[in-house]
Amino acid sequence: MSGGGEKPELIINGKRLDGRGATDLRSLKIEPNVIKNAAGSAYVEWGNNKIIAAVHGPKEALPKHTSDPEKAVIKCRYMMAPFSSLEGHGRTGPNRRSIEISKVTKEVFENVVMLELFPGTEIDIYVEVLQGDGGTRAAGITAAAVAMALSGIPMTDVPYAVSAGKIGETVVLDLNMIEDNYSDADMPVAVKPLTNETLLLQMDGSFTKEQFKEAMEMILESGKKIHEIQAAAIKRPYQEIIERYER
Amino acid sequence: MSYMYIPSATKEFIFDLIASNKREFGRALNEYRDIKIEKNVIEHAEGSAQVTIGNTKVLAGVKITVGEPMHDKPNEGNLMTSAELLPMASSDYEMGPPSPNAIEVARVIDRGIRAAGIIDTAALFIEEGKVWDVFVDIYVLNYDGNLFDAGTIAATVALLSARMPKLEGEKVISEGIKDKLKTNGIITSCTFAKAAGKVFIDPDANEETFMDARITIANDGKELRAMQKGLRGSFTLQELNDAVSMSFEKHNGLKALMEKALGE
Repeated sequence: MSGGGEKPELIINGKRLDGRGATDLRSLKIEPNVIKNAAGSAYVEWGNNKIIAAVHGPKEALPKHTSDPEKAVIKCRYMMAPFSSLEGHGRTGPNRRSIEISKVTKEVFENVVMLELFPGTEIDIYVEVLQGDGGTRAAGITAAAVAMALSGIPMTDVPYAVSAGKIGETVVLDLNMIEDNYSDADMPVAVKPLTNETLLLQMDGSFTKEQFKEAMEMILESGKKIHEIQAAAIKRPYQEIIERYER
Repeated sequence: MSYMYIPSATKEFIFDLIASNKREFGRALNEYRDIKIEKNVIEHAEGSAQVTIGNTKVLAGVKITVGEPMHDKPNEGNLMTSAELLPMASSDYEMGPPSPNAIEVARVIDRGIRAAGIIDTAALFIEEGKVWDVFVDIYVLNYDGNLFDAGTIAATVALLSARMPKLEGEKVISEGIKDKLKTNGIITSCTFAKAAGKVFIDPDANEETFMDARITIANDGKELRAMQKGLRGSFTLQELNDAVSMSFEKHNGLKALMEKALGE
């Protein structure tokens, strides 16, 4: 939405610039347990996005006034590395965008994590974007969900997130950076797959009612695949243990 | 460096080992853990490298952008090195602005690279009031001791593998550029810890919890280029001379690992 200058042609003969059709996801790979010191962690390569999510805790909530005697509190930091984008050098430290994304990410996990099991504690979620190419908050939530599951902290579901948007009048799934810059709508959504309830929804641009419906259907359909990849990543460390003992 | 909590039994065990010239996992006092170096891990950055020493994992990224010269050096570009101890890297790291520890790590690494003349800042001059800024950002992803050496290797390999963007009018073109950032030479650094009256190389996180003193010595193979002593304890002159000699002995091995990663 922020692209300046002349708008490039983003869909040619029904194909997007990277060869995808409207409903195609970019390639998605998730590697479990990449940060040894974390309770759980995951590295995700989603298209050209490279993101590490890690979970620490539960541990004593500090400073004390942030703690809740009835349940755990979640603290979240989403941050773009200064070298993560092709153009320019991003300053380190939180900005308005990263603070907002940290907040909505936290709220996704407040829904699924069984906080009441750990009163007085904090659970930290760190999402570090090492390379960003559009859709980093969705990729970060998807990775953080795997990290949270691997940490062993009980959850009611493993959420995923993906964005849908609009290029011209075509509704498309999973926008990359160029598409996002020149798109006519962008809508990241996080979903609880067991119930298909929405845990995060942000949107800007323009959608008709029908286009919104189409976008949500695309998201839920692609979610089956995303969830499968998440589940495989969560199982992998345990499968490796099983294989070691069966040998 | 760290204020990490480790059980006192572990601490005693490791301390006693060192007192008898031994270390965990059969490591010798002058032996590094396994070092792995991978370059170009972040395509968006002009240069990048991920380095692991044991379980310590750091990632350095280089960005090169157009900026303004410093007032006192109007004909030179700028090299800026920062380090961030990501809170995910250790349960003891906190969110917030860079800690004094992170600033020390960044400044020591910066001094080595600068003093060795790896970047010729005069060559980064574009025109009056316009120069190239070279940013090196060191991201600590997992902490298990010796961030100085891991950071120096990562920063150096990232710089030595960096592409040099082109300026077309006002636009910086970086993607797909084959030209390299101009660099000279190489720097290696060796960090020693002192505990139980012994000096040993490449301390891990457990060892760093009880070390009395620490010293980082960077050289370019011929000359010393940067040194930094840290913590309360002291080194005798003999210990310093031995550490300096050891840092030169280790230079070729470390340099070979870096050159191999660079594909040279």
